[in-house]
Amino acid sequence: MDLHLSHVTHRYGAVEVLDDIDFTVTQGHIVCIIGPSGCGKSTLLRLIGGLEQPAQGAVLQVGEPPAESRNPLTYIFQDFALLPWRTVRGNVSLVLEDHALTASAREAIIDDVLRRTKLSDFGDAFPRQLSGGMRQRVAIARALSVNPACLLMDEPLSALDSQTRELLMDDLVELWSREPFTACYVTHNLAEAVRLGHRVIVLSRRPGRIREVVDIDLPLAGRMAHRAALEALQARLWTLMREEALAADLELADA
Amino acid sequence: MPEARTAPKTRPVAFRGGGFAPRPVGLVGPLVFVVLLVLWEVGARLGWISALILPAPSAALAALRDLFDSGLLFKHLGASLQRLALGWSLGTLAGVAAGVAAGLFSLARAGVVPLVSAIFPIPKIALLPLFIIWFGIGEESKVATIFFGVFFPTVIAVYGGIDNVDRSLIRMGQSFGLHWTSIVRKIILPGALPAMLSGFRITASISIILLVAAEMIAAEFGVGAYILMAGNLMATDQLIAGVAILSVLGLTVGWLIGRAERFLLRWRS
Repeated sequence: MDLHLSHVTHRYGAVEVLDDIDFTVTQGHIVCIIGPSGCGKSTLLRLIGGLEQPAQGAVLQVGEPPAESRNPLTYIFQDFALLPWRTVRGNVSLVLEDHALTASAREAIIDDVLRRTKLSDFGDAFPRQLSGGMRQRVAIARALSVNPACLLMDEPLSALDSQTRELLMDDLVELWSREPFTACYVTHNLAEAVRLGHRVIVLSRRPGRIREVVDIDLPLAGRMAHRAALEALQARLWTLMREEALAADLELADA
Repeated sequence: MPEARTAPKTRPVAFRGGGFAPRPVGLVGPLVFVVLLVLWEVGARLGWISALILPAPSAALAALRDLFDSGLLFKHLGASLQRLALGWSLGTLAGVAAGVAAGLFSLARAGVVPLVSAIFPIPKIALLPLFIIWFGIGEESKVATIFFGVFFPTVIAVYGGIDNVDRSLIRMGQSFGLHWTSIVRKIILPGALPAMLSGFRITASISIILLVAAEMIAAEFGVGAYILMAGNLMATDQLIAGVAILSVLGLTVGWLIGRAERFLLRWRS
């Protein structure tokens, strides 16, 4: 299943936030969306997953999601959004409980996703007992448990410190290499975009328009071997974004 | 000139942090009680405090023993506890239902909230004569007084608690396609539980206050009736004994809610 954004425009009242966004997320690819703060990246992601409705245009599913997908469009949030009163297993279980599954099938799925995210030993811990990186891994496990056709990741690593971020990026690359998933990855961190994206979409400041689309042909798993190329790419993205970010900064000061 | 430099004076940086972190100190609470009681008893025995103005704790204890021996203690206490249990649980049940409705539905909120604001500040005891006309002089009017006293603060605590549930958790539930009932049952209600429990703490105290007030106006049995009778007879030792029963009742209820909080909110640090 691909996702196609067809001329999506969105406004809050009189304020136009997104203007004529048009691109496709191809199955098995990670599309990164970057842009200065306040450019509507997160709004765009909410539109893609159906948490908001665009003022104009449409978000289209091209083809059917796989039959075993319980929640085709699945979010991973910046603030993790874990229920503090449920354990790690309970948090994963939450999103399976509304599906017709036997208790043993549910337990098997939970065991599987916890193993894949290296959380098997922490099933009975409460979120407050876990570090930020572990909490986000729980959220990733929860997302994987519903077999998403497309992951919608809203700055998933932005609340974490830089070491944890590096480790989780490696984890994401490993997860993708073992079983390629489709993802829309919103971030303001250019290093994340060049490490994880097959395609990087650069948005302008508000109202967000597509400023540039950059394809990265390097294979995801071996990217760290091409540091120089990645750094050149990152520098190029930064020159694209720099003046937008600067202008956006001044705009906010005026408002 | 540079040769003449002497070693600079060294001293540790003065500590100016700390404080502002009260911690539990085990025995102080009971000790304050004991010291006050001992002072009181000694004062009474030495004649500093007249027995008519304030009877000694031992006299109040004796009155309590008399009450126990006559078998009336459990009759009074039983009648009070029954009213309390009935009024508080019915009021809480109705209050939670109305509060959840006001927390979830715009229409219910628009209807319920102004009504609550209008009626909550009225002292329910002022309405007791009206309740007696409506429900009779028996148990119903007393239960109704407690019911209304509990209902309104419960509504406020519950819908306030629901308003404070983290919206990002609700959005998460929606994004995973959870049913509406699942979101309410598994995200909104547990999220509002801390606010509900602190509301229960307040309504429990309110219901004890209203219970005594209602029993003082019209009741044969009940702790409030006992206190009123003692007051009319100037039997201050019995009066103190009755007040002590109320105090113990309040402490017990507070302790029970504390236990419930510790069990239900054990996921908090």
